[in-house]
Amino acid sequence: MTVTPIKPWRATKRDILTQLIVIFLSLVAAYLIVANTGFEGRLPLVAFFGVFSICALALISGLQRGKEAAKDSFLAGAAYVGVFALLLPVVSILWTVVSRGTAAIYSGFFTTDMSQDPFSSPLTDGGIKHALIGTLWLITIALIISVPLGILTALYLTETKGPGSGLIRFLVQAMSGIPSIVAGLFIYSALISGTGRGFSGFMGALALSILMIPTVARTAEEVLKLVPPDLREAGLALGATQWKTVALVVLPAAKSGLVTAVILGVARIAGETAPLLFTTGGADATNLNPMDDNMGTIPFYIWKALIDGSPEAASRAWAGIFILMLAVLALFGTARYLSRSRTVR
Amino acid sequence: MTIADVERPNLAPTPRALVTKPRISDQIFRGIVALGGFSSLIILGLIAAYLFFRGYSILRSEGLSFITGYEWVSSINSDGTAGSEKSVYGVGAMLIGTLVTALIALVFGVPVAVFAALYLTFFAPVRIRNFLVSVVDLMAAFPSILFGLWGLYVLMEPGMYVAELLNKYLGWIPIFAVPVPVFLRSPFIAGLVLSVMIIPIITAISREIFAQTPLDRIQAAYALGASKWAMIKNVAFPYSYSGIVGGAMLGLGRAMGETVAVFTVLNILYQANFKILLGAGGNLASHIILKFGEASEEEIKALMAAGFVLFLLTLGVNMMANLIVSRTGRRGR
Repeated sequence: MTVTPIKPWRATKRDILTQLIVIFLSLVAAYLIVANTGFEGRLPLVAFFGVFSICALALISGLQRGKEAAKDSFLAGAAYVGVFALLLPVVSILWTVVSRGTAAIYSGFFTTDMSQDPFSSPLTDGGIKHALIGTLWLITIALIISVPLGILTALYLTETKGPGSGLIRFLVQAMSGIPSIVAGLFIYSALISGTGRGFSGFMGALALSILMIPTVARTAEEVLKLVPPDLREAGLALGATQWKTVALVVLPAAKSGLVTAVILGVARIAGETAPLLFTTGGADATNLNPMDDNMGTIPFYIWKALIDGSPEAASRAWAGIFILMLAVLALFGTARYLSRSRTVR
Repeated sequence: MTIADVERPNLAPTPRALVTKPRISDQIFRGIVALGGFSSLIILGLIAAYLFFRGYSILRSEGLSFITGYEWVSSINSDGTAGSEKSVYGVGAMLIGTLVTALIALVFGVPVAVFAALYLTFFAPVRIRNFLVSVVDLMAAFPSILFGLWGLYVLMEPGMYVAELLNKYLGWIPIFAVPVPVFLRSPFIAGLVLSVMIIPIITAISREIFAQTPLDRIQAAYALGASKWAMIKNVAFPYSYSGIVGGAMLGLGRAMGETVAVFTVLNILYQANFKILLGAGGNLASHIILKFGEASEEEIKALMAAGFVLFLLTLGVNMMANLIVSRTGRRGR
């Protein structure tokens, strides 16, 4: 005969039934109030339902188990409401992007640019070829600049631990908080304004690099910290120089994590709009040369469509966001997958 | 002299200094790494230097009234040269707008984020927690123009509904009064959008801080018969209070520097608007975007100066926030 342990802290069936009834009653009460007073729509219904059910549940547990239980139940209710309020915008945003984002996408969307068509033209004309090419160029150049700098910063903080690493760590953290518009203004003031050089994709990539370096550096530092010190000591004990230990032992050991850091950096900059407004010029025609002349990008495409204001332009803006979100989601999924395989091993 | 003195002439031995120099390859390696490591210092220095240098003439001629002034008038002739009237540059009204929208964002964002973090740390099952943590990370990576579009097309309507209710029942409080019933594109709604943008940051940091509460104290509280409420109130919350403040300040920094979302949602007008439900206002960043397109050379300089002010403001808030968070974090280990 086996003895099953009792778990007195678990809610009994009777408790759960009571709670369900209370929740149902508060839904009914919320509905009645919304139906019979001046409040209209789903928003007040949800608000009343939330307040009523939290208070009613707290009241019930208060009556059953006393004041402390009522407080406890109230806190649990508030925590559930908090996480609901956190998820509501996410779901709403994703839903809006999916439901509105596909209207402007047609067979030629990726193979034409906007040089022949204004943003208010019918949705069967024009596309985002120029913006896709521009965004890919910008991301490529930003990668070339910020990946070495970001990883070197992380190496400085974890491997060589040179003078002032505390200060550098602090500054990298602060740098990840500077507004994106400041990065754009800086590139404009330093390299474009008064120099005779015009807007170009390269300038935009420089501005994006400023935003990408801290993301790469911080994530890479976390990853390098996870490499066991034994590996470094083993490398040094075998007579390798520090440079060889880092290049042949530490970096390969942290490879997937470093890729994650780079991916998160790309996700950070892919949708940045404000710095590009000061640096790229935002062309409507396809421009294959990032070093010269205005260059269109997906965020700038969305921005132009937004400023235009016509319904067709709005559909184009949502389509641009849809493409951008697909990219961000794919990047994020890859990063998640890579970091998972690291922790499993 | 006793024997002990002879055998232990120095009670606190100093570590022997390394006499061998690192090899050439290591010296080069360390040099390159140090160069990369100091890149962030160099970039931050260059940003401050260039923005200050370009905006210096305006900062000098306007003096303190650049910060406190309520007027932004750029007088230019049709050919782009400076006009006969005197141009006045003061970002006071936009600084107020920056603070107002960011504070509204905090008022809505902090409670939601803290309660969500409480749920994630102390209530959620492990699987749900891991999933929700990824959702929060993903939300932090949403581009800001997406929040702007969503705020304009989706959040505007419920936001206006709440604004009308606030005005109807709390209109006797000056900040909820409106001279004309225009609720569209108000600082209130911009603040709501900003709050959605900063919730993931504050949630992530609060969750990390809550998770650092020492387990032995949590279990001690439970062993003494505490309920979850009592444990959180007496153990977890006092422990993480300053970290949450730091997280909220990081959110404040992001909200103050936000450009595109505010520009999209808010009806940008150059005025100090304390009546948060009225559809007019702006913040420093959106003001820079608005004026940049058709600015004269002199006004560009003024915009650089405004960018410098914004840079210092957000950098200061961020540094303070990071100090607070890291101090809480260290105590947790």
